[in-house]
Amino acid sequence: MAIQVDMKASNDWQMLQAVPLLDEIIALSPKLNLQPVSAVENIVDDIPSYWLEKNQLMKLMQVLKQELAQPFDMCFDLTAIDESEREHQSLLSQAFTVSYHLRSYQRNQDIRIKVALNTKDKTLESVCSLWPNANWYEREVWDMFGIVFENHPHLSRILMPDTWQGHPLLKTHPARATEMDPFTLPPYQQDKEQAALQFNPEAWGMKRQSKDSDFMFLNLGPNHPSVHGAFRIVLQMEGEEIVDCVPDIGYHHRGAEKMGERQSWHSYIPYTDRIDYLGGVMNNFPYVMAVEKLAGITVPDRAKVIRIMTAEMFRILSHLLFYGTFAQDLGALSPIFYMFIDREKLFGIIEAFTGARMHPSWFRIGGVAQDLPKGWQGLVRDYVNYLPKRLDEYEKMVMQNSIFKQRTVGIGAYSTQEAIDWGVTGPGLRATGFSWDLRKQRPYGGYDQLDFEVPLGHNGDCYDRCRVRVEEMRQSIRIIEQCLNNMPEGPYKAEHPQTTPPLKDRTMRDIDTLIPHFLNVSWGPVIPAGEVSISVEATKGIMAYHLISDGSTMSYRTRIRTPSFPHLQMLPLISKGQMVADLIATLGSVDYVMADVDR
Amino acid sequence: MMVEMLWKLFEITTIIALLIPIAAMLVWVERRMIGIWQDRCGPNRVGPFGILQSLADLLKILGKEDWIPPFSDRLVFVLAPVIGAMCVLMSFAVVPFSPSIGVSDLNIGLLFFLAMASLAVYSVVLAGWASNSKYALLGGMRAAAQTVSYEVFMGLSVMGVVLLTGSFNLREIVLAQVDGWLIQSQFVGFFIFLVAGIAESHRLPFDLPEAETELTAGFHTEYSGLKFALFFLGEYLSVTLISAMSVILFFGGWLMPEPLASWLPPLLWFIIKVMFFVMFFILLRTSLPRPRFDQLLKFGWVVMLPLALLNLLVTAVLHLTGVL
Repeated sequence: MAIQVDMKASNDWQMLQAVPLLDEIIALSPKLNLQPVSAVENIVDDIPSYWLEKNQLMKLMQVLKQELAQPFDMCFDLTAIDESEREHQSLLSQAFTVSYHLRSYQRNQDIRIKVALNTKDKTLESVCSLWPNANWYEREVWDMFGIVFENHPHLSRILMPDTWQGHPLLKTHPARATEMDPFTLPPYQQDKEQAALQFNPEAWGMKRQSKDSDFMFLNLGPNHPSVHGAFRIVLQMEGEEIVDCVPDIGYHHRGAEKMGERQSWHSYIPYTDRIDYLGGVMNNFPYVMAVEKLAGITVPDRAKVIRIMTAEMFRILSHLLFYGTFAQDLGALSPIFYMFIDREKLFGIIEAFTGARMHPSWFRIGGVAQDLPKGWQGLVRDYVNYLPKRLDEYEKMVMQNSIFKQRTVGIGAYSTQEAIDWGVTGPGLRATGFSWDLRKQRPYGGYDQLDFEVPLGHNGDCYDRCRVRVEEMRQSIRIIEQCLNNMPEGPYKAEHPQTTPPLKDRTMRDIDTLIPHFLNVSWGPVIPAGEVSISVEATKGIMAYHLISDGSTMSYRTRIRTPSFPHLQMLPLISKGQMVADLIATLGSVDYVMADVDR
Repeated sequence: MMVEMLWKLFEITTIIALLIPIAAMLVWVERRMIGIWQDRCGPNRVGPFGILQSLADLLKILGKEDWIPPFSDRLVFVLAPVIGAMCVLMSFAVVPFSPSIGVSDLNIGLLFFLAMASLAVYSVVLAGWASNSKYALLGGMRAAAQTVSYEVFMGLSVMGVVLLTGSFNLREIVLAQVDGWLIQSQFVGFFIFLVAGIAESHRLPFDLPEAETELTAGFHTEYSGLKFALFFLGEYLSVTLISAMSVILFFGGWLMPEPLASWLPPLLWFIIKVMFFVMFFILLRTSLPRPRFDQLLKFGWVVMLPLALLNLLVTAVLHLTGVL
């Protein structure tokens, strides 16, 4: 089969412009005063964005969620911006902006709502009653900016410890260790911190005993063999059955969003690698695309195909690790070792391409770091021929094993509706039978030219989530094969002044290229002021970078919308009534990475 | 009389002195074999082929702090691992290794073995209880439920053997197999015995009391150093014991058909057969996932128990009608 891939014909998906949508909203509720964003904000993605008065928020949200014919059923992201130091800002903006990014699956349409808040009145109505997954987002906004959401069921710290003073994403909060006093932890402070980690069931509305027995509160994590990182979940149990649970995150929080405000556009790329640390270049993908969109860079075809090929390789790497650890969580000790061998071989290829393995930081603004090495075709061809046979073996070893099936079929199931309500994306969503893959629904970076299928499950249980990922690996192999057969010739970086670092062939001959080269490398490129949000179908779901540039060498606000964050949030919903062993299976099947949750 | 007693004492000491290093070696064998089956090296640094790895581990474990958690029930906490290792070692008293080697020729040897296997549960339950930790408690609870249920049909599964040989004496059971191993007629009994045996020794896929991914380490979460080593020892001894019992009850003990029997001494044949089963245990560990706790119990009561009863019934009928 020789599929011809023509990247010249590739077009990124364009969202519908929203005049009819606006008419629809106004028709339902004429009093709503939706103000279009101004030119100075320069929103370069095609998501229709509006300013809204604070007191109209709930009305509009009800219209969007409940009254519209095809409602905005998913709260994709909810975040805030501290506008106090921003130069390019709208007349409507005040000290803080809370930004709601909503999605309608039926329309395949997003909408962005901005609400301005001043410092005296940092309160806003909570939208948890409409979108259950807004709960954690609002807690995060409170944690990071100190914006209070009224009627929120449990507004408390989420990423920072309970004892923390201040709100880290405020512009007044220091971002570097050199701006603060040295860190100390005297014994009394340590005791206080320890005490703050004690779980208090009453604070969460939990009872300590039922009619005829006491509940046991089991603290699973933050160090536990199968929570896959530093994740704590407090279980309320009756015998081995889970009555309720409270996930506790933040143990892996490194302030990646804050770092974004202190790194040049270029030097932030390695930080993105470590967001979903199993995703490698998959993390670079949305970030560089977002910066390129702001800078107006068009990426050459060869770079596009290289990007897709390496990103799909990392999808395989991540899914293989999922596959093995999932089997291991269920007590099967061997598959992980076989899969690590497969990963090792693939890392060999990544190493040949990039010189690094798990975190290559290989995408650049305007292309990729280097051209592919000589003889890369042979490496990739061997692997493309090798992996499907191994997957067939694992099929027998894992997927068809009857104990494995007993442990996973019907366990940890949720419906498509629940998945959408809780903001689930990626394989976890497709396992419920809902066919929504960003690469198909909203092709980006050249995916529209590639031929692949979107694997689906039916029941949304642990088994189906695993099944979907296994099939995705086969599809990724298909994509890689097409990239291999159709790699275009040409440059691997765009010829654009803001490509970082720029192609060097003319720097030594031409002062007008030498100067930008020097500046772009030493200070970093100056990206035009603007705002953009770009998503990709990452290994674990949809990952988006929402960047705001204020026309400087650094980002003004870097918001990372990660898939694992909402996935963990819905754990209490799916784990009620499970045994401990089922919870482990469920945790494994969700396939999260704590760095991806906490950032 | 005196000489006889001294000889027995010598025999006991030798058997214990051999069993414990064998258990330690088994750890190395297991790690090497699993290494091979999982496409990796396994321990291969200490001594030739890493054979001294267990010795190194032992030295390391001896050097560890003998820590008793302040929140535990000290006496029981210390006693629990000792009970475990003791019970398994006691069982070896009735194991006939060869026509002439064996500590005791007890006429209720089989019952003694079952009794000791039941006593061993105490070790796990007490460890779970005395640790005063939630994970350990859950592990102990699982162990109690699992062992109690699997014990029932472990006993039932070997009754077929008793019926056919007319004896509880293990030596006589072996000798009764001169004309043919009991596996020929008691394959169902063997299968049930093996499953129950894996459950008794808490090996994967029945390692729920210590299910690492769920309960971190189950009943021995709080144990370290020598006390942990005793649990470890107990587990490997019990793997050896269950293998030895399978061989004695169903595979003719030290007996081999001619001409194979004359090639090697009976003791070696016994060891070879036991090793075969030990390997099987290890292979099992590398191949299977772990069922859930309630699934395991359900499997026991709904499938294994009726099967064991049926096996006994059919054996009895066939025996009475003279077919067997």
